Amino acid sequence: MKFIIAIIKPFKLDEVRQALSNMGVAGMTVTEVKGFGRQKGQTEIYRGAEYSTNMLPKVKLEIAASDDITAQVVETIQATANTGAIGDGKIFVLDLASATRIRTGESGETAL
Amino acid sequence: MKRILCTTAALATGAVMLAFPALAAPVAEAAAEVAAPAAEAAPAVFTPTAEMVNKGDVAWMMVSTAFVLMMSVPALALFYGGLVRAKNMLSVLMQVLTIVCVAALVWFGWGYSMAFTSTGTPFPTIVGGLDKAFLANVNVGTFAATFSNGVYLPELVFVMFQMTFACITPALIVGAFAERIKFTSLIIFVVAWLTLAYFPIAHMVWYWAGPDFLHTAPTDMGLLWGWGALDFAGGTVVHINAGIAGLVGCLIVGPRIGYKTEPMPPHSLVMTMIGASLLWIGWFGFNAGSALESNAFAALAFINTFVATAAAGAAWAMIEQITHKKPSLLGAASGVVAGLVAITPAAGFAHPGTAIILGAVASAICYFFVTTVKNKLGYDDSLDVFGIHAVGGIVGAIGTGVVADPALGGQGWIDYTAPVAAAGEFDMVTQVVTQCWAVGVTVAWTSVVSAVLFLTLKYTLGLRPDAEAETNGLDISEHGERAYN
Repeated sequence: MKFIIAIIKPFKLDEVRQALSNMGVAGMTVTEVKGFGRQKGQTEIYRGAEYSTNMLPKVKLEIAASDDITAQVVETIQATANTGAIGDGKIFVLDLASATRIRTGESGETAL
Repeated sequence: MKRILCTTAALATGAVMLAFPALAAPVAEAAAEVAAPAAEAAPAVFTPTAEMVNKGDVAWMMVSTAFVLMMSVPALALFYGGLVRAKNMLSVLMQVLTIVCVAALVWFGWGYSMAFTSTGTPFPTIVGGLDKAFLANVNVGTFAATFSNGVYLPELVFVMFQMTFACITPALIVGAFAERIKFTSLIIFVVAWLTLAYFPIAHMVWYWAGPDFLHTAPTDMGLLWGWGALDFAGGTVVHINAGIAGLVGCLIVGPRIGYKTEPMPPHSLVMTMIGASLLWIGWFGFNAGSALESNAFAALAFINTFVATAAAGAAWAMIEQITHKKPSLLGAASGVVAGLVAITPAAGFAHPGTAIILGAVASAICYFFVTTVKNKLGYDDSLDVFGIHAVGGIVGAIGTGVVADPALGGQGWIDYTAPVAAAGEFDMVTQVVTQCWAVGVTVAWTSVVSAVLFLTLKYTLGLRPDAEAETNGLDISEHGERAYN
């Protein structure tokens, strides 16, 4: 099992979610986050007081997936969230030691 | 009696007499009745009666009173509250609300008497005595003068209308040192400042005996009113007064922890927008209500409050469009307030065309002070009380001397020392000089009083919460609650 973490642009969330549902991903966790990478921040001006925010808002997806679909999930996210501009985000894949469904106590891939 | 106002009475009186010929008769009768028993040589003693009260005026003035209260709570509270960080939201709302409550009680206690009487005092042109303290000698049978001969308001209406001005003025000050002031010290400051700065200045600018009395008591007036300074609705008394007190306050209190090193963006410009819009609406009561009658001069003040403000809001947005390519909501809202402040002293004097110019000019000058001068000098006037209220107030007060000129479509001034008020001869240069003197006296008086009060508090009770309390936010450290849960 793999744990996939993807940081994407917020306006791409619906598209990515739709694409992942279509390929059979059963669930994910979504969090609004802030961070920085290569993309420049933005400048806010309030009555002449300038604040440059180097932390930009992004959306973080967390998906637990079986080994066989992991590559396809990563591909789908990469293809869907891509705008070609800097700041499109990143995808990380981690090994997942275990998964347990709280309602039934099932564990392993059946719990995904 | 936003008494400085000179222009209206002659025309207004004529209009009232024409429209309500019945009014003229009781006035004459009343005068005759009183005159009859008096010695032949003595001038008739004029006594206002209930017949000289117009119900339209009373209704308009009571609505205006409620409008001006709305300018403090919630309008000013929301306008300021939106501009601070979320951790200080409630502190600002609480400061404004409490100041309104306390100022209303102080006005009832001694404020009205100090501002609008001239008896029982060694300096009758500077400040009134205590003959009407706790509204002694004020009841449903006493009357306050308007700008027209023989037209009166129930005195209680005038007491309430003016009360709302005493409420909002000290509330304006808190924006200058928002996010870093000790609540109890602030409230003590407000009571003392009202007593030593606001009431005397209101008296000097607005007190006069009234059009039916001045010709028999030509010295019964406030100092600046007597000089001929024009201030329709409170440019000096309210805005310069509060703006300068705010500047002195922020200099003595010192900048916020992290000022210029960490971001302090407004936490909700939505609230600020709601506040600015309600301020504009309420300002119709503030300015048009200051005509004290429901007549054409109220309408003139009303339309000037409309168009000068519109010009100022649009001007600020245009300046930002040119300088940053992005016109901001906060900018437009700041322009709106700058325009409202600037038109306040001129509302009943200017032609709407010159009012528009005054609003736009004030907006540009305030923009310069808020964005450039403040950054250069480095003082932390958190919400720009000085940059908008004092600067806009000064531009408006001096500009009033220009736009009031009948040659520019203005209303000039009225000579109330004649038995029936008549237009006085207007000279723009003389008037502008007079306006500058009135500004100078107000600035000097309020600077000294504010500095003495703030320094006294600084070295006794303290003006600031400790650094930890300030960093945690005044909501939780001073008031034990949070705005958003």
